[in-house]
Amino acid sequence: MSAPQWNNKVVKWVDDRLPVISMLHHSAYEYPTPKNLSYMWNFGSLAGFVLVTMILSGIFLVMNYTPHTSMAFESVERIMRDVNYGWLIRYIHMNGASMFFIVVFIHIFRGLYYGSYKAPREMLWWIGILILLAMMATAFMGYVLPWGQMSFWGATVITNLFSAFPIIGDPLVTWLWGGFSVDNPTLNRFFSLHYLMPFVILGLVVLHVWALHSVRSNNPTGVEIKTPKDSIPFHPYYTIKDLYGLGVFLIFFSAFVFFAPDYLGHPDNYIPANPLVTPPHIVPEWYFLPFYAILRSIDFTIFGIPAKLLGVLAMFASIVILFVIPWLDTSKVRSSKFRPVYKWFFWLFVIDTFILGYCGAKAPDDYFLGIPGLKVIVMGQLSTLYYFVHFLVVMPLVGKLERTKPLPASISESVLKEGANA
Amino acid sequence: MRKFALTAIAAAFAVTAFTGGAAKAAGGDQPAPAAQDWSWQGLFGTYDRAQLQRGFQVFKNVCAGCHSLRFIAFRNLEGIGFNEDQIKAIAAEYDIVDGPNDDGDMFDRPGIPADYFPSPFPNEKAAAASNGGAIPPDLSLMNKARVGGPDYVFGLLTGYEEEAPEGFDLADGKYYNHYFPGHQISMAPPLYDEAVEYTDGTPMTLEQHARDIAAFLNWTAQPELEARKALGMKVILFLIVLTAMLYAVKRKIWRDVEH
Repeated sequence: MSAPQWNNKVVKWVDDRLPVISMLHHSAYEYPTPKNLSYMWNFGSLAGFVLVTMILSGIFLVMNYTPHTSMAFESVERIMRDVNYGWLIRYIHMNGASMFFIVVFIHIFRGLYYGSYKAPREMLWWIGILILLAMMATAFMGYVLPWGQMSFWGATVITNLFSAFPIIGDPLVTWLWGGFSVDNPTLNRFFSLHYLMPFVILGLVVLHVWALHSVRSNNPTGVEIKTPKDSIPFHPYYTIKDLYGLGVFLIFFSAFVFFAPDYLGHPDNYIPANPLVTPPHIVPEWYFLPFYAILRSIDFTIFGIPAKLLGVLAMFASIVILFVIPWLDTSKVRSSKFRPVYKWFFWLFVIDTFILGYCGAKAPDDYFLGIPGLKVIVMGQLSTLYYFVHFLVVMPLVGKLERTKPLPASISESVLKEGANA
Repeated sequence: MRKFALTAIAAAFAVTAFTGGAAKAAGGDQPAPAAQDWSWQGLFGTYDRAQLQRGFQVFKNVCAGCHSLRFIAFRNLEGIGFNEDQIKAIAAEYDIVDGPNDDGDMFDRPGIPADYFPSPFPNEKAAAASNGGAIPPDLSLMNKARVGGPDYVFGLLTGYEEEAPEGFDLADGKYYNHYFPGHQISMAPPLYDEAVEYTDGTPMTLEQHARDIAAFLNWTAQPELEARKALGMKVILFLIVLTAMLYAVKRKIWRDVEH
């Protein structure tokens, strides 16, 4: 694509020396986008917005936060009570973490449904998984900073997972802690890394967008852009659509920040950390619950490998497996819209992750939904099994066996057909 | 539009299901305290200043004997409707340890509005020693730090039983409470009818005292509540108008595109 000619002399002078304006014009203005994107395609830009919100609110929190075990909890309460609009900044940051995961989970499920991980978008998908991993690390370390009971015990439980690895496990945990228990050195390094990681995420997002702009957006039909008629420029069509989506999202976000700011949190984290008192139930934040359920569901040994190590491996595998799904999915068709069988398995998988989340929130010996005889641990094991069956069995098999519906010849043809049917 | 709304609802549902489960998981065998009506509930709910002041009276005369309130300064009492002179007078009733002075000694002086509520015990060991080994928790954040918040505080204060039920093994120096995890609490029933003398004609019942202190503690936990909701109203109204306008612009821009 040829660079646009700039009439403004200053713009031209700058652009001739550093084509930053051409680049922006190219990627945020004329970027050809499929014209049939649904609102499911709003969540990428929303995630970008939340990332910036988190970085900005975080920078202001840091101005008033003290990363020391004897002052962290107090400094957070200072922010809540004495800093001008400190409560607003903190509630935005606190709920923003949940919003980030809501938006990103929907973004990922959208990618899974429409086959956005398939060639040529594998790199785009991989970078996305790296972003998810970086987000999880960031959120975990951020939750430790207020130094409440759940901060302390959550940090203790999660860092202890690494002790499951043979030989290197215990030294590794000591190294992570900077001592022999979660203490001030741990808090300090988590604070440092919690400030660093968002910028790593930002860098990954740049790569993610770069990869996106080179392979172009997928779309609900999964059929690539073939002629100029299939696409429209990003601006003004998708800038306005994204802005409208942002407005709806901000209403949702604000409802939590202003009217239910602690709804997504855990009451125990308003109790200062106390290494001598263990809370009866140590529960992670909601966005970690499905993974926590997978971790806990392995309560047996296989070939002498201890349950704890298997659980940790299963938990990591539940995310790492996403890296190889471009090859596990054998279907030639991207979009589940044209996959009558796989579509149902997709929704089953979504339900499965919800069940995992529920199991992660409950004590293992509780009854699942109060059903007598059905223990949460058993249900967690079944849904963990299904989680992996979905990727390792359903994806390859259904892709081979399924008779897919005929694909439209092009995006514009599918648009015209739907218009005629409406 | 419809798809977007469905997505939003699905997201909201997901969050509710997860966290609902999380909240329940934190409970034990004790029943959930009954939900009470509180003046600050709902979108427009605000604190009842008279109730907060009565609750403060209960705190001062009963709770403060054992419990600290370390995140609240006397100056904060403006939030429950006291004026500057009243706050100065309240602060002056307390002795605050200050120093060291030029001779290197600590000394007592009357409190000023900038001081925080002094703690009843010099340290945790002293607190435990005077209370049969149990440390009375700080009350500043009590309503945020317990599942059920004010309902739990109200339930706990009114949930004592003089005799433990048949077959319940109550340890020495413990009291039976319906809502305390494990039912054995070290705090003796702190409130009873006419525990505090109200001057505004409000009935001086155990229930009323419990309701008032739970309200006061809600204010100590969330002093920003009224400002938060008032700002939230403006923000959300603004966003609704803005979003409606963005939707109109979006329709106009997309009008001629087959999509």
